[in-house]
Amino acid sequence: MSDAMTALATVTLLPPQGMVTLRADLGDAAVRAAIEAATGHAVPDTRSITGTGEAGLGWMSPDELMVFTGREAAPALAGSLAEALAGQHHLALDVSDARAVFLVEGPGVREVIAKLCPVDMAPGAFGPGELRRTRLAQIAAAFWMESETRLRLVCFRSVARYAEDVLTNAARPGTAVGLF
Amino acid sequence: MLILTCPYCGLAADETELSPGGEAHLKRFGPGSSDDEFTGYLFHRGNPRSVHFERWRHANGCGKWFLAARCTVTLEVFGTYPAQTTEPPAAILDAIRAKRPDWEGRA
Ligand SMILES: [Zn+2]
Repeated sequence: MSDAMTALATVTLLPPQGMVTLRADLGDAAVRAAIEAATGHAVPDTRSITGTGEAGLGWMSPDELMVFTGREAAPALAGSLAEALAGQHHLALDVSDARAVFLVEGPGVREVIAKLCPVDMAPGAFGPGELRRTRLAQIAAAFWMESETRLRLVCFRSVARYAEDVLTNAARPGTAVGLF
Repeated sequence: MLILTCPYCGLAADETELSPGGEAHLKRFGPGSSDDEFTGYLFHRGNPRSVHFERWRHANGCGKWFLAARCTVTLEVFGTYPAQTTEPPAAILDAIRAKRPDWEGRA
């Protein structure tokens, strides 16, 4: 999979990404319609993501979505979601500045994550389309695969340096376990 | 290592993804209760050497509280269920009785 000289994957901190936290009753048809109209994306099923990490919806919990959009567009989108959900119990908040996003790219992405998270990263157990919130070493994180060799990971910005360090360390050349 | 299935995510979550919340199905005694009732609510906890009901939170996941029935001796898990319940559901009790026929029920 990888030789002793090449990193299992590269770890890149991405430029600021727009993110709006949305809490509402996702089982309510009117709420779902309002969200889909305001974002242009289908409300994702449990533990999945629709669209992309640049423009899409990620499932966070039974009553919470993360809305991905452009950094500049995030405040306005939070406003239009709040307008669309007026009268419904909800929260729509621009949390872009509280989050950091990493791109982990390379043939060893599954192995890098498996070293740090209590998640079965075997092909078949986890794959593109699925979003996983979990623990990355000692911090909370969420990630999803864009392809077999590309993975996007979100964590709190306050611990971004820690995330970058543990990810880079887990991807060090010569550390392939060869599980997958 | 304990693995509990979060009833909200449907994920088999590793213990490191969860945080414990102590005994489940406690009845709250607040203003107007007797000192004994309030003391019991605050401090007295079951510590059985067998079937036990506990609160857990999927802290590094969906963030939701849920309840679990497990054996404190073997760590065998009988089932997990949503937190919005005051008594263990029938399906959980059936699963426990199937595996622990001698179990005398909750103290
Ligand atoms: Zn969960």
